[in-house]
Amino acid sequence: MNIFHFINVFFSDNAHWHGYAGIPHRLEEHLGYTFEALAIAAVIALPIGLITGHTGRGGNALALVATAGRALPSYGLLVLMFFWLGIGLVPVMIPLVALAVPPMLVTSYEAIRTVDPAPVDAARGMGMGPVAVLFQVEVPASLPLILSGFRSAAIQVVSTAAIAATVSLGRYIVDGLYQRNYATVVGGATLIALLALAMVGLIWLVERVVVSPGVRRSN
Amino acid sequence: MSSGGNGFFDLPSDLQHSYAGLIGVHLEESLIPVAIGLAVSLPLAQACVRFRWLYPPVLWITTILYAIPSIAFFVFLIDYTGDSATTVIIPLTVYSLVILLPSIVDGVRSVPPETLAAAEAMGFNSFQRYFQVELPMAVPAIFAGLRVATVSSISLVSVGTIIGNQGGLGNLLGDALAYHRSNLAVTSVVSIAVLGVVMDLLLIGLRTLLTPWMPRGRKAARRAGLAAAVEPDGPARAESAARLEGAAK
Repeated sequence: MNIFHFINVFFSDNAHWHGYAGIPHRLEEHLGYTFEALAIAAVIALPIGLITGHTGRGGNALALVATAGRALPSYGLLVLMFFWLGIGLVPVMIPLVALAVPPMLVTSYEAIRTVDPAPVDAARGMGMGPVAVLFQVEVPASLPLILSGFRSAAIQVVSTAAIAATVSLGRYIVDGLYQRNYATVVGGATLIALLALAMVGLIWLVERVVVSPGVRRSN
Repeated sequence: MSSGGNGFFDLPSDLQHSYAGLIGVHLEESLIPVAIGLAVSLPLAQACVRFRWLYPPVLWITTILYAIPSIAFFVFLIDYTGDSATTVIIPLTVYSLVILLPSIVDGVRSVPPETLAAAEAMGFNSFQRYFQVELPMAVPAIFAGLRVATVSSISLVSVGTIIGNQGGLGNLLGDALAYHRSNLAVTSVVSIAVLGVVMDLLLIGLRTLLTPWMPRGRKAARRAGLAAAVEPDGPARAESAARLEGAAK
């Protein structure tokens, strides 16, 4: 009776690979929720993070928002949204977006704020306006850090989307829990952990593609 | 407090705790993991600083453990530890460890070599050097990690309600669903958030007490910021800030 036994039982069961409750469909749902939550969070967090980072103002307010966001329990928020909004896409999205915003917000702020001041001054000296400085100097230079904020958010959203148990891979965990079927629980958890690691790999790939070779750090 | 009411603080009797009792259970289940995590990560971080080859594999293992969703972790442990507080405490300890370890390693590594050389010249042995120089200098970094670990631990305990009465204030969520009383969910979410913010403020206060050499107040902070701009360790600081954000679940 060990984890590998349960994993083997779960993945070798043919029934887990087909239909509405099959792994491919659940995986697709889980990914859909994850990407949607990350996209909404990015639309909210990135502009605020970039602008506050560029001006260097509002850091304290930002830290406050991040702490408050972190203190909100995702599962509690989900239950509350279920009461207020019923079952659906929005009540699941709100806790996930609330989860993803703080890391994106804080890292993009820190990333822009800590760009080496020398090239920024040089760009200003060349007559670049604030928008050009932000998008042609500061953002490219801090892209690795901004992406690391995305990575943190992605790991957390993938693993927390499990609590949205009416859909997603979390369904395996919750169903398995009620049926005392540990193979299903462990199988679902394994899939989610693998998915989280796959997201880390995906963001690493994105980094290889979009970050300028001059900026890419050697480590 | 009358039973059977519908107010925000009329708790159903199956909770077996008063509101204050729930807060006590919640703090116990969230803070013990952070304390254990700190006790484990201090020597582990020291080992990672001394033997550099150890750090990357340790980081990889902790990242993988961190990727396991809390509810799955809880449920899996029921088989071994039963429906007890231990079942919640073990995963939260692992998550705390994942957050604390890099912040302590970064903190100890960021002690300037001149400072270490000065300690050596004063005849400190490695034991004294660690407890009197490296550890105090790493306090700001350790506390940055401690704050994130504590707040996320407090907010994660609530998931324990799914495995049966082990979620502290989160147990209100289970009852909110069972009795269809949304006000219990409001009480739960607001209480947990307030608890997290209050603990965060307490940690900020404690750090201020522990680091009397750090600049205080707005003006001093701005001066310190200016000094940091002149002598930038910016990317390293931002990198550790970014890693810390790999925190709340």
